[in-house]
Amino acid sequence: MNETVHQLERMQELWTTGYLMGFKSSNTSDEFLKEKRAQIMSRGLPKQKPIEGVKQVLVLASGKGGVGKSTTAENLMRPLKNYGIECMSMGFLVEETAPVVWRGLMVMSAIEKLLRQVEWGQLDYLVIDMPPGTGDVQLSVSQNIPIAGAVIVSTPQDIALLDARKGAEMFRKVHVPVLGLVQNMSVFQCPKCKHETHIFGTDGVRDLAKTLGLDVLGDIPLDVNIRKTCDTGQPIVVSQPQSDMAKAYLRIAMEIIRRLPTPPG
Amino acid sequence: MKGVKHKILVLSGKGGVGKSTFSAQLAHGLAADDTKQVALLDIDICGPSIPKMMGLEGEQVHQSGSGWSPVYVEENLGVMSVGFLLSSPDDAVIWRGPKKNGLIKQFLRDVDWGEVDYLIVDTPPGTSDEHLSIMQYLGATHIDGAVIITTPQEVALQDVRKEINFCHKVKLPIIGVVENMSGFICPKCKNESEIFPPTTGGAETMCKNLNVSFLGKVPLDPQIGKSCDNGQSFLSEIPESPATSSYKNIIQRIQDYCGLHQSQEK
Repeated sequence: MNETVHQLERMQELWTTGYLMGFKSSNTSDEFLKEKRAQIMSRGLPKQKPIEGVKQVLVLASGKGGVGKSTTAENLMRPLKNYGIECMSMGFLVEETAPVVWRGLMVMSAIEKLLRQVEWGQLDYLVIDMPPGTGDVQLSVSQNIPIAGAVIVSTPQDIALLDARKGAEMFRKVHVPVLGLVQNMSVFQCPKCKHETHIFGTDGVRDLAKTLGLDVLGDIPLDVNIRKTCDTGQPIVVSQPQSDMAKAYLRIAMEIIRRLPTPPG
Repeated sequence: MKGVKHKILVLSGKGGVGKSTFSAQLAHGLAADDTKQVALLDIDICGPSIPKMMGLEGEQVHQSGSGWSPVYVEENLGVMSVGFLLSSPDDAVIWRGPKKNGLIKQFLRDVDWGEVDYLIVDTPPGTSDEHLSIMQYLGATHIDGAVIITTPQEVALQDVRKEINFCHKVKLPIIGVVENMSGFICPKCKNESEIFPPTTGGAETMCKNLNVSFLGKVPLDPQIGKSCDNGQSFLSEIPESPATSSYKNIIQRIQDYCGLHQSQEK
């Protein structure tokens, strides 16, 4: 672990130096990138290698940012608690306010380390919380490890669905089975008068699921408590397990487990 | 880029806080003055939301002798996005960094923007290839500054602090921070709820602590999302919403900043 931290710190240093040099070496780094890319391409597509000790890998993606992937990931992992919860993130390796401003290749390298150079031990499920988009990170993860299934999180509005659709297409292209969609922030209930408002639209995710022939694994309403508990580091499934919100997440977790293929061995 | 007077980057760090929504309203707001020429460049290659938000879905880019022609919403408002280069809006762009950078370079070099008063650049979330590239390619020219968008919750603010540090590191001036989705007013009983509670004082407190300008708050109005989904200008469609006056105040402050900068330059 210390070695990894040291390496990542070194990478951070190199980046900072590059910036302070005012991009003078940008031509060299473009050349370097081109060469590296050609090298990688000529070796053919990366081979999928399973992570030692991990039975099944589940990814949470969306395409769009800010729809609740991380919140969902945190709350989904809890029901699988029987098997122990270990958590790994770049967030543990850098200072809280330090920006990680890396180009694709460095990101790929970091992801490799996060996946393979962490002592996961024996795991039944590894849940990977993906960043938004359909770029380097998503491609690297999909190409390098066998993924049991992907869950796509989205809010109901058209703009988010556009990106969710692209996410689904990406997984199709890299042959990762999409287990289903989660409709997040579906409805808000006024705490005073209980009036329900569909702030981000109504049932957009259900319609998209129908179009793509996918299942909707569940609906999570917009609830202040989900935000509050995440901000304080106590996902609602743990801090308020009897609440409707927690139960909604638990139901989704069950749906996911039902849809995962029987684990090997 | 010679004909472009003011360049504004819209950043966030966190995804889903409303950058593109804000960029679209900023573009409409600035273009309301028809003596000004406004351009909106969308460099979110994987998730280009701008064509849909500006009602330009399905439009294609035309090539002329002087380069690529932006797609015009109004006579004084032109837009460019990877969305216009796709054969279908559902096509996924699954590219690695170097290819994305190449496209951003083309957007800046090959698009015939003409004489522009304000160029707004809408970015994807995070601090990655696209942000490095836009700084690399635009860095030689003068960028007025960055507007950073956030929601009030701590998880979003964490990413904004990183974004602010990124700006400091690359010497990009910060015009200010906008707190989006700040409070929801129930349409029935008018009770204000904080859906994304500012457990640490929200963006205003953060700005005070980091000595960064706070541009204003925009409340959550379901009609904002709806207007964007329909490709309409929220400012024109729903002028009576409290969110509209919030937007207008923030846009005015951005204009003031650019104007001040210009006179300082001279």
